[in-house]
Amino acid sequence: MAEWLTLAEAVAAHVRDGDSIALEGFTHLIPFAAGHEIIRQGRRDLSLLRMTPDLIYDQLIGAGCARKLTFSWGGNPGVGSLHRFRDAVENDWPRPLAIEERSHSDLANAYVAGAANLPFAVLRGYAGSDFARVNDQIRSVTCPFTGEVLAATPAVRPDVTVIHAQKADWKGNVLLWGILGVQKEAVLAARRAIVTVEERVRTLDAPPNACVLPSWVVSAVCEVPRGATPSYAHGYYERDNAFYWAWDKISRDREQFSAWVQRNILDTRNFAEYLKLQSEPREQATLP
Amino acid sequence: MSISYTSDEMMTVAAAGMLWNGAVCFVGIGLPSTAANLARLTHAPDAVLIYESGPIGAKPPVLPLSIGDGNLAETADTVVSTPEIFRYWLQGGRVDVGFLGAAQLDRFANINTTVVGPYERPKVRLPGAGGAPEISSSAKEVLIVVKHSKRTLVNKLDFVTSVGFGTGGDAREKLGLPGKGPSAVITDLCILRPDPVSRELAVASIHPGVDRRTIAESTGWQIRFAEGCAVTEAPGLRQLEVLRDLKARTAAAHGVQGDEA
Repeated sequence: MAEWLTLAEAVAAHVRDGDSIALEGFTHLIPFAAGHEIIRQGRRDLSLLRMTPDLIYDQLIGAGCARKLTFSWGGNPGVGSLHRFRDAVENDWPRPLAIEERSHSDLANAYVAGAANLPFAVLRGYAGSDFARVNDQIRSVTCPFTGEVLAATPAVRPDVTVIHAQKADWKGNVLLWGILGVQKEAVLAARRAIVTVEERVRTLDAPPNACVLPSWVVSAVCEVPRGATPSYAHGYYERDNAFYWAWDKISRDREQFSAWVQRNILDTRNFAEYLKLQSEPREQATLP
Repeated sequence: MSISYTSDEMMTVAAAGMLWNGAVCFVGIGLPSTAANLARLTHAPDAVLIYESGPIGAKPPVLPLSIGDGNLAETADTVVSTPEIFRYWLQGGRVDVGFLGAAQLDRFANINTTVVGPYERPKVRLPGAGGAPEISSSAKEVLIVVKHSKRTLVNKLDFVTSVGFGTGGDAREKLGLPGKGPSAVITDLCILRPDPVSRELAVASIHPGVDRRTIAESTGWQIRFAEGCAVTEAPGLRQLEVLRDLKARTAAAHGVQGDEA
């Protein structure tokens, strides 16, 4: 059964130094509040998994929380590069970052395999590309029925998965809708799962076939309104595109980035304080 | 009376023109998304736009800034999970056209979106694969839209992210890929198509006002001009109006244009 906790309590209880951790959400419902809390609590040596690292992993990587990143597309969507990710890969700053690079289809299949408790994913992919040359985990398997050679890649089984969703009821049953990405699979593939939600409700009132994660597959649920900002929560608020553009400038320079993390994450007590800071005109003025 | 237009508009209109009405199109963000939506708003109203974040049949009123914008989900016929989009719809063989961009492209239409320089110590770390390797493998055919320059159309890729025709000839068939591979590359200077035998890209059509020397000088290999190389049809007034209107709506909605990335 999921336990209702504060986000600080949930991260303290379920995210440990050295864990493999997936914070998922495909453009939509990215668990930024949880990412901030991991930085605030100073977790180290994390092995990060995520299809699209986005700003959330740029922040974790730049803050020195990660030793490894498994990913399939690492950019600032619609804007350009992730400068902290690039600085870590190109210059080892603030520390070396091992990377395991796969394709979207591969990682999506690998989460499915993880959720299904299978050791590997099978897909028709990678033929003719250079991926296997740089990632020895991309191998092949021959179909015992047809003889077709297919790509085989290891299942993803994170120690802990973190997602953001729209609602949870008092028991901790979780409902999400809109663009779902791989969140369901990522939760079911993980040993532990933290879910932050926009609101705690009496009943979910979910129609049959809705994407509901029952309380008993979730370790902790936390009410964090606007917890996916600057990404969006369908039905609650829109994507803060201006912040994605602003991040390009904030993150380009090491000192400016570090000052931003200090002021906005380390010097705030929680995400609500961060949001308040962000809403101040003075803070807005520092954005380009 | 001639209508004035930019080379970017020429590229987008030419790329949109490749998409037929009813085509099921797997769309990459940026230039491909602009072109696919222009096609949908002009001659191909029944084109089915699929985005890798899960929307099928998306009809966004403005261009999405990211691959998972809310307006894609809101206007789609259905929204499925990311594993489903790749497993059932793309690998399942339901996609007619994969519409891709590229950071680097070689003469056999192989794409690099991974690194510039050596992989272990890259000069430039690019975003990586996304959905492109499987789109280029499994879509029945692939259209690529890129701005024409020596930096983009290179003699040798630093990394093959998504395969076109491999080393040329029947290399793609030997890899056993289900799709036919790239059928055209649309740039701001011309349209390139693969030679039926060697599979090397050759200029099939030159945009109005562009000369052969400019194309040759903007290409990282010794570019060939196909026999019967023609002049691309100039954009029509309606296409330009719809495109400009779409971009203006997008700029008003996002503060930026959807294909600026």
